[in-house]
Amino acid sequence: MYTQALNARDTTAPVAGPEEAARADRFQARIDAEERIEPNDWMPEAYRRTLTRQISQHAHSEIVGMLPEGNWITRAPTLKRKAALLAKVQDEAGHGLYLYSAAETLGTSREEMFDQLLAGRAKYSSIFNYPTLTWADIGAIGWLVDGAAIMNQIPLCRCSYGPYARAMVRVCKEESFHQRQGYEIMLTLCRGTPEQKAMAQDALNRWWWPCLMMFGPPDAESQHSDQSAKWKIKRFSNDELRQKFVDATVPQGQYLGLTFPDPDLAYDEAEGRWRYGTIDWEEFKQVLAGNGPCNRQRMKQRRDAHAAGAWVREAAMAHAAKRARRAEAAKAAALQQAA
Amino acid sequence: MAEQKIPLWEVFIRSRNGLAHKHVGSLHAVDATMALQAARDVYTRRGEGLSLWVVPSAAIVASDPADKDVMFEPTASKIYRHPTFYEVPDEVGHM
Ligand SMILES: [Fe+2]
Ligand SMILES: [Fe+2]
Ligand SMILES: [Fe+2]
Repeated sequence: MYTQALNARDTTAPVAGPEEAARADRFQARIDAEERIEPNDWMPEAYRRTLTRQISQHAHSEIVGMLPEGNWITRAPTLKRKAALLAKVQDEAGHGLYLYSAAETLGTSREEMFDQLLAGRAKYSSIFNYPTLTWADIGAIGWLVDGAAIMNQIPLCRCSYGPYARAMVRVCKEESFHQRQGYEIMLTLCRGTPEQKAMAQDALNRWWWPCLMMFGPPDAESQHSDQSAKWKIKRFSNDELRQKFVDATVPQGQYLGLTFPDPDLAYDEAEGRWRYGTIDWEEFKQVLAGNGPCNRQRMKQRRDAHAAGAWVREAAMAHAAKRARRAEAAKAAALQQAA
Repeated sequence: MAEQKIPLWEVFIRSRNGLAHKHVGSLHAVDATMALQAARDVYTRRGEGLSLWVVPSAAIVASDPADKDVMFEPTASKIYRHPTFYEVPDEVGHM
């Protein structure tokens, strides 16, 4: 999902002594009892590391995810659509902030996480490396990308780490507006002229497979999931979530009168679910490795924005320091006068 | 790039129904004015409340989770602190 790059085993775990093992047992017992772990509680280093990576990658995804949609704010077809898109993109900035705050409680500073992203050492979701070529892409993103995000984020509201779970509760409350506004854009296009409907179809054709990839590699190949499931960070496997998404989304697409770009897509009566064709995992690997259509552009935009904002951060710090100095001086003067 | 760290603030909101301010999250800001402004932008986009507090995170003193038992366990045995500990005959009615 937003943390696809986590599907590799953590090999840096230190060998634990007997005391450490006892603490780890107590920790696991708390998790098994559905207790929430809070920032100052003892936790295994690997738990801290895994969560820091997962939450910061999730945060990076929210922030980079503003770029493809931001691309259409000035060209939204109506004032209503523009206001809605602005509000949605603003929400995504907020999601990034909630998540960075949650990650910080694990001991990594915001500045460090920014550096990791800007230096290309941290990942973000593969989906945001695809271009938004037409207005219909904004509809497809809200409907499909936010729809997929919701599938992933709802179980995260029960994640064992308290600050992450609480951040997810806030995020989930806001996501449903995102998905509905996207679907409404698609619906409007599908009820419009043949050209508009074709535009919606084209967007679905381009976004469908990348959206299925959002859930990460198939279970058979993802080694990371066992430990995350044991720690109750991840409650459903990649394939389970992907299947839920397909089952929920296909009828919505049919209602729009659109077809999915998958000749193997078929309803399995016996199982009561939609079977889909083979995902191109080579494409996924390439996009994650930095070779997607927009990876370079996204990173450049983020770096430029960060660099362009440096003087604002510096000025704000200098202003705050000056005000603090003046307040001190005024206090000292008042004391002297009183004496 | 070694930029100066921007301080962390905790954000509290009082919802419209007159309840106490409740912790909703945190944010970074250089001073109180900007912390309030950012808290408004980030945490009150949908009518979440009518009053905001921002508190420097460094100003919060927290109990140590390791002291949890010493701090909170003794109350478990003090059942006489609860109204249900006391017998009042039914005839007396609701009390
Ligand atoms: Fe989001
Ligand atoms: Fe998201
Ligand atoms: Fe969203």
